[in-house]
This record gives sequence, structure tokens and C-alpha cells, in this order.
Amino acid sequence: MTAIKTEAQDVLRLTNISKSFGATKANSDINFALKKGEVIALLGENGAGKTTLMNILFGHYTPDTGTVEAFGQMLPPGKPGAALAAGIGMVHQHFTLADNLTVEENILLGTEPLWKLGLGRAAARARIVQLSQDFGLAVHLAAKVGLLSVGERQRVEILKALYRDARVLILDEPTAVLTPQETDALFVTLRKAVALGLSVIFISHKLHEVMAIASRVLVLRHGRLVGEVAVADTDKHALAEMMVGAEVAPPEIAAAQIGAPILSLRAVSVVSQGTKGGLQDIDLQLKSGQITGLAGVSGNGQAALADLLSGLIVPDQGEVEIDGRAIAQWSPRIALSNGIARIPEDRHKTGAIADFTLTENVILESFKSAQFSRRGWMNKAEADRFARHVIDTYDVRCPGPATPIRLLSGGNMQKLILGRALEPGPKVILANQPVRGLDIGAVTYVQSRLIAARDAGAAVLLISEDLDEIMGLSDVIHVISEGRLSPGFARGSKSATELGIWMAGHGFAEDAA
Amino acid sequence: MELFDILMTASFWAAAVRIASPLIFATMGEIICERAGVLNLGIEGIMVIGAFTGWMAVYSGTGLWGGVAVAMAAGMLFGLLHSVLTVPFGLSQHVVGLGITLLATSSASFAYRLLLPEVTSPPRIVPFQPYEVPMLSEIPLIGPALFAQTPMTYLAFATVAVVALVLYRTPLGLAVRAAGENPSAVASQGLSVTGLRMGAVIVGSGLMAVGGAFLTMSAFSSFFFEMVNGRGWICIALVVFGAWKPGKALLGALLFAAFDALQVRLQQTPLGAQVPYQVFLMIPYVLSILALVLMSRRAEVPAALMVPFNKGER
Repeated sequence: MTAIKTEAQDVLRLTNISKSFGATKANSDINFALKKGEVIALLGENGAGKTTLMNILFGHYTPDTGTVEAFGQMLPPGKPGAALAAGIGMVHQHFTLADNLTVEENILLGTEPLWKLGLGRAAARARIVQLSQDFGLAVHLAAKVGLLSVGERQRVEILKALYRDARVLILDEPTAVLTPQETDALFVTLRKAVALGLSVIFISHKLHEVMAIASRVLVLRHGRLVGEVAVADTDKHALAEMMVGAEVAPPEIAAAQIGAPILSLRAVSVVSQGTKGGLQDIDLQLKSGQITGLAGVSGNGQAALADLLSGLIVPDQGEVEIDGRAIAQWSPRIALSNGIARIPEDRHKTGAIADFTLTENVILESFKSAQFSRRGWMNKAEADRFARHVIDTYDVRCPGPATPIRLLSGGNMQKLILGRALEPGPKVILANQPVRGLDIGAVTYVQSRLIAARDAGAAVLLISEDLDEIMGLSDVIHVISEGRLSPGFARGSKSATELGIWMAGHGFAEDAA
Repeated sequence: MELFDILMTASFWAAAVRIASPLIFATMGEIICERAGVLNLGIEGIMVIGAFTGWMAVYSGTGLWGGVAVAMAAGMLFGLLHSVLTVPFGLSQHVVGLGITLLATSSASFAYRLLLPEVTSPPRIVPFQPYEVPMLSEIPLIGPALFAQTPMTYLAFATVAVVALVLYRTPLGLAVRAAGENPSAVASQGLSVTGLRMGAVIVGSGLMAVGGAFLTMSAFSSFFFEMVNGRGWICIALVVFGAWKPGKALLGALLFAAFDALQVRLQQTPLGAQVPYQVFLMIPYVLSILALVLMSRRAEVPAALMVPFNKGER
């Protein structure tokens, strides 16, 4: 790590920050400084340690080692109040606003001593109006927050920070929920803020936005700062490569015995809904005995594709085909009954019901089947037997099948979900980020199970933001970018750098021409 | 015709305001609790405690205002118990509230038997007397209704004004409301959600007890067991009717009380001789349900009502 030079202009300096959660090193030995009037981007995949680092900076977490300095003053670790007072304002990805209160009330909350008569609304209003003019943050002060669009709510969050005299703004994935127009407006605001002498830390994994707004980019990977470059000296390809890592360590994998296509998409388009991107004219074949890898920076249509294949959304145009026949009706139940198994992206939210037991969770998808129910009564003994079988076969470490699943570690929860998906012998396996957040042992285990399922003849779709994982496991690789799907590249036919070019959105243009 | 005659008598309007007074206190108390995010179903029992302790204090020689203070303190004590269980411990607000109601009601019976083992009928006290505001009380209809009441009724109206001002015009009120809407917004500003919610429940419970004390110290001048008689539950409905706003809830309390005063008078009309009196007893409740249905459609429930807040959780 390069030593950070002490400069009078530094508003924020992080020195030797390390933080572990159990065996996982979320941040190791991170150093950087933020100067007055600059925007730095913190770039990295999910799980790279960006949010942990910002939570340390803001005092939500106490670092294991290292110090945070703001305006030359050491910040006491683990005290959000001190960070607030020092002029650090954070705009969280999930807003902390009260919907039934007005914009003005949300901004004023906590800014005045509690035991005081009167809110001083007139003076406050004048100041908020001034701030919103200075920074180009148009909001309607008397409106209830619940009635505002997501973009407007974000403006309220930024105004909240500015009203508290923030000199450093930290924005955690601010564009994840915005439309392109709102993103442009946000960038105008940030440029005004910088012109007025504020400093900004912009957390993102969207390369073109980073290139558009930041002057300097810090790249985090696996908790380490792997690069620090000026935007002027780099381009999207180089950043993509730095972000996902170019080193490849392929696991043991035999040659594929590729069979017939089982689940196919023909010229499928899906209109974008809310924050979920759409899909444009996708052709995809998932073939028996083959792992199909889907590479791409997250938020480029992966979620829509996964929902489409599992029956949660229906195509606006094009056909879904199973065994070469177009499907007239498409729903999760039809997908399940056709042998399509799912490993959902978010195991806590969509993969399991936290307070249900392991037994109940393991039969969530099949509780109606003859195996587990008869004449409307559940066969508890059979369900328990099945749960024990999954626990033994997939090495789920737990006190027993009657344990609520929320008590399990992420890895063990994922193994149970894996068992639930694989045990019926599915024809298609949709694995969306199957190893996200798992430790190395669980990662290897889950991956080897997917390979075994492939060898047994299943068609596997592996969606991941980790290019190493994609390149190591996939027999054929598609890249998704802004809802468009690249042609399939056979194993070993493209380097990480070449895939990175596709991930950055190039290559598609040739097809269109 | 009879209905019109009743509506034109001053005594009818005076009765309506008198009947509304305990409801106003207790409803304001419940609004404070719910605005901070805590449903306080202890209200019924806390009103019993207020009625009993206030009356007992005056019977033992305390002054009338001293009795009100004792009732308020007793209510706050039960509010403290409620808030400890529901706020830092995050227990079910339904179960705790009903438990407080049972505990408070039976504590009052127990204390009554313990303190007055010999009596067959409860002793009477000299209650608050009506105070006629000079000039104003002579206005036809409105005068006797609003300006010839006991001091506790005036206090009830003042309470509405104070609660509304504090909730909407002070930083404290803003913080209380925010605690009931999105506690993490409060916590992210370095304020204590636990402190705000416990404080709101304690103060709100104090007001409920004062509402109960009105019954013994201003209305009936004695204490008997079934005297609160579901008024607490009516207040829970009035909070919804008033859309968690003090002013609207005041109107709701007056409306309910007017129906109650009306049904008593309807029973004494020729019609009352033909219709079973139970039908008249139902009137205020039936009309309240109708009004509730009509009024509360667009009400905005505090978003974090009944949602416990734990700092560590997301």
C-alpha cells in the first residue's frame, strides 16, 4: 500500500482500516484520503467491503484496527453522533425517512433541542429553500414524504445532510433506485456541491457513472484496496478488470457431455419495471449437461432474466420453450412442475422463511406433492425424514430439523436450499449468486454440487458477478449488459479482459450494425 | 318534534360536554401513546385506577386538585410498567395492554376492600362544583354547555390545545411523531427512541387516569366498580375516528357524548315507552361505528404503530 501524504487539503483520512466478521475479512488494511472539493468513487462488487468501510467511517461499526480522521481531528470509533457533528453526512441506500411526516418535518427532526417551544419553522424554511436553490434540489416542503418519488426522497435525504452542515457527503449506491434522468439531476447536484467546496464519496458498481462523476476511483475487491486511479488515466475496461479480478483458478471440472436444450428463450423481451431492468430480444438455450454462465455487472437485467426463467414474470414478447415446445402459460408452479429448480439470489428474503423450521423450509416448494400431503393433511413424519436426509446428504450443520432456519449461518442455509433444489433431481437449475457471502469451504462445496448436477445431466444456469467463478465453472458464457445478451462463448475462448469489454457494453453495437 | 325539542334544551348540550370530558382526557392520552408508536390497551384499567385513587385521596383528606395529581401519578406508574414491557423488552402490545387493564382493575378492587373493609355502600366526597364564567355562561345554549362546567372540563379542553401544540409545534412533538412513523429516522439523528416512547406512554397513561378521576371527582362523587364501563375502549375507537389528530378526536368525543345524552332523553319520550330501552342504549355505539366507517377511510395510521424498535436490527 502506498503511504498517504499528509496534505492540508485532506478532509478525511482513513489509515490502516481492518475489520473482520468471524472468519471473513470484510476490510483489510485500507488507506485513503479525501480532498476538499473532489468526488471519489468507491468501486467494487457486492460483498467487496464497500458498505462495511463506509459504516466504519460513519461510526456504525468499530474497526479492528485503524483510525478515521476528519478535518484533522481523530474520530472516536463507533460513534455515529461524532461523525455527524464532524460534518459527515451519509445518504443510505435505504432511506431513513418517515413517510407520514412532511419533507420539512423530516429535515428538521433532531436538529433542535427537544425541550424548546416552537419549531422555528419560518427560519428553517428559509434556509432549506436557500439550500435547495444552491444545490438544485427541488422539493415541495409541505408534501408528505410517502407521496414522493424515490428520486425526490433522495433529494430530501441529501437536504437533511446539508441542513446539518455536512462537508462530506457519502452516497451509498445512490443511483441504484434512480431513473437515468434522476441520475443526471443527481450528478448536477453533486457537481454544485463540489463547486461549493464539499467532498463526495460515491459508492457504486456502475462503471459509466463512476467515469462520469468521479475524479478518482478506489477499487475494492475481497476487502482490499486493489487500485487507486485518476479517472483521466483509466477507462471502463481497465476498471471492470480491476473490479472483478483477472486471476483465474479453475476448479476440477471434467469435459461436459452436452445434450439437448431443455429450457430456451426465443427473442424474449421484457419491459423494465421500476428498478428492475428490462430485457431486449434475448435468445438463450440451457442445455442438458452444460453449465451456462451469465456474466455481467449487477443491475444489467440479471434479476429480470432469473425471474423470467423461474416463472415469476412472463415475457412481453417472444417465447419460453421447454424441450423445444413453446409454453402457453408460464408461472412459478408450472416452472417447478417442469423440473426447474431455483437457488434464489437473496436466500433470506426469497429463499427461506426465517422463523420456519428446517423441515418446513425444505418442503416449501413441494408441500403439496403426494409425498408430503394426503387429503389435505401434511405428512409430518415424511417431511422430517426428508429434512434429515437433506441435512445428512448436504452436510447442513444444525441442531436438528426442528430448528428455525434463521439460526443457521448463511452457508448452512444455502446448503439446505441447495438440497431442496437438487434432491428432486431437477432438469434445470437456476443458480443466482449461489455462493454470495459464503466462506471458502461452503463456496467449494456448493460449486462441486452444481458440477455434479451437470454431470448427472441437468442444465445449469449460473448467474454471478464474480468473473472468476463464471470462467471457472461455465461450459459456455453469455455476457449481459443493459438487458442485452451476448452470444455464447465456449469455455476458454475469451479472456477476462475480452469479457470485460462486453460487460462494459461494447461488442453489442457490431451485432446491431 | 321531540328530537328537535331535546336539541334546543341547554341541559342536553351541557350533559354532552360533561359526558365527553373523561373521554377527551383519555383519548388525548391514547393519541400521545399511539403517535409514539405504542398501542396502550391498558387505558380501561388505568381509567379505573385514576377514578379510584383520585377519589380515595380526596376521601382521605387531600384537596380536589391534590386528588387529580394523585390519580395522574398512579396512572403514570402503570404507564411506566406498560412502557418498560413494551418498549425496551418489545413484548406484544396487545397482551401487555390487556394485562395492565386486568391488573389495574383488580388492584383497584383489592385496595378498595383493604382500605374500606367495613362499608356496604361507597362513601361520597364533595366533588368539583361547576364554575360559571361571567358573561359567557349566559349565552343561550352554548353558555351553559361550555362555560358552566366544572374546572376539570375546562382542563380537558385545555389539554387538547396543549397536546396539539406540543405535537405539531415543538421539536419534542416532532420527535415523538417520528418515533411512531420511522424509529430508525429518529435513531439516525442521535435521539433515543426508547426514551421518547417510554415518555409518551407514561405521560399518556397519566392523562388516561385523569380521565378516570373525572368520573369520581366531577361526575358521580363516589366510586363504584363498573363505573368506567368500557369508556377506555370507546377512546381507542375515538383515536381512530380522529385520525390520530387531537382536534378531530375532540370532535369525535363530543359527537359520541351527544348521542349518549340524546339516548337518555329519548328514553323519556312517548316513543321510549314503546321501544325497549336497550335499543336507545345502542344508539351512540351504532352511530359511532357508522361514523368510524365513514371518517377513518383515509386516516393515516402511524406507520410504526405496534412495531418494536431494536437498535441492532435493520
